Amino acid sequence: MTDVTKVAARPYPFSAPDRLNLDPLYAELRRVEPLVRVRLPFGEQAWLATRHADVRTVLGDARFSRAASVGRDEPRLTPRQIEGGILSMDPPEHTRLRRLVAKAFTARRVEQLRPRTRQIADELIDAMVAAGPPADLVEHFATPLPIQVICELLGVPFADRHLFHVWSEAIVSTTSLSPEQIQEYLDNLHGYIGELVQQRRRQPTDDLICAMVQAHDEHQDRFTEQEVVQLAAGLLAAGHETTVTQLPNFAYVLLTHPEQLAWLRADPARVPTAVEELMRYVPLGVASAFARYATEDVEVGGVLVRAGEPVIGSLSSANRDETVFTDPDRLDLGRETNPHIGFGHGVHHCLGAQLARMELQVGIGALVARLPELRIAVPEPELTWKSGMIVRGLARMPVAW
Amino acid sequence: MVSTGWRIEVDAERCIGSGSCVGMAPAHFRMESGLATPITTAVEPTETVIDAAESCPVEAIAVRDHDDTLIAPS
Repeated sequence: MTDVTKVAARPYPFSAPDRLNLDPLYAELRRVEPLVRVRLPFGEQAWLATRHADVRTVLGDARFSRAASVGRDEPRLTPRQIEGGILSMDPPEHTRLRRLVAKAFTARRVEQLRPRTRQIADELIDAMVAAGPPADLVEHFATPLPIQVICELLGVPFADRHLFHVWSEAIVSTTSLSPEQIQEYLDNLHGYIGELVQQRRRQPTDDLICAMVQAHDEHQDRFTEQEVVQLAAGLLAAGHETTVTQLPNFAYVLLTHPEQLAWLRADPARVPTAVEELMRYVPLGVASAFARYATEDVEVGGVLVRAGEPVIGSLSSANRDETVFTDPDRLDLGRETNPHIGFGHGVHHCLGAQLARMELQVGIGALVARLPELRIAVPEPELTWKSGMIVRGLARMPVAW
Repeated sequence: MVSTGWRIEVDAERCIGSGSCVGMAPAHFRMESGLATPITTAVEPTETVIDAAESCPVEAIAVRDHDDTLIAPS
């Protein structure tokens, strides 16, 4: 039995993010110390699980709780501790709220949005082609595509994107915004969504926010108005910040792996498999967080985690586990067996996973099909990467074709 | 009382192993080789399995009543 008070905790993240490269320490830890003590920039110390099986246990086993993080000084990357949202809940509370919106994000419903998403992608590429190279892929393609889709799904005016896109940064910021700005932006975002909720009540529309409002009004015992507003704001923010970032990341990986890109171009039917591999390969997060608290003593990775101790599961490390993935550090767009957990695992498995998959498939498919000469328009070292965020991504991506 | 009971099925072709159902209804589902599977096919009627079926991101879970009528997903 390890006495945790005597083990020096490693600072986590282990190193400053270097583009999309994963710190080699993860591989070493998976081999020699699969459960390790870590200290994040804020909050109490935690365990970090790095192996695929252990991460799935931490995220999927009912003996690990997110609700138990409430009231604790949760280990985190952000100065502010977000409490009260769906990510701070366990079943059955979590189920009650998730079911309010889950239907809108099933594979079947998302498939109905694919033609419209294709149309948006084509229009964005048409505009880029008409203006001529170079173009910033972040600004002209990766940002408007997911924002337009989530706006139409939720019923948020696309014309307001300059407002909520700025406020949404509060969800993914670590140091890029001050704590006061983060609070201000979140208040603005919640106020904005609250106003849309009131509008729907006066004048019903055919969108998800309205469906949420109607569910709330019919079952006031089940959801509070604040929960509805917070959830809708979370869907708007998380619903685009992630895909906005992953689309350029994926394009960057493809353009820096020309042989793999050529293989993909040869057959558009390969795009869905390629997107799964990119989800596995690209470590979107600078680090993982959202620790799960053990509700009883549980053995993980050969260590007895005591009841009440927080454990973080590293998605990026699990996705490179050599006992699950052959040659895990190699990008293999045709990888056949790919049980990656890039969208998480368990009850908090990304609600928008199917939507994100579809958007990434459409986005990457459109770039590959329509811009066969696509290339990064500046020398690779001159690319600017975002900093002070929980996600890795390009601030700008100048491309030509 | 099997005649009033429900049946749960997981379509292994559709299941993506998100673990959502196991988290919501651990008494009714478990993970096996990375995919969800019912612990027992026949279950007593309970809201929990409906929750799991309604929340499955790929609608891989079907809940049926004793005369094969689909109860969830709706």
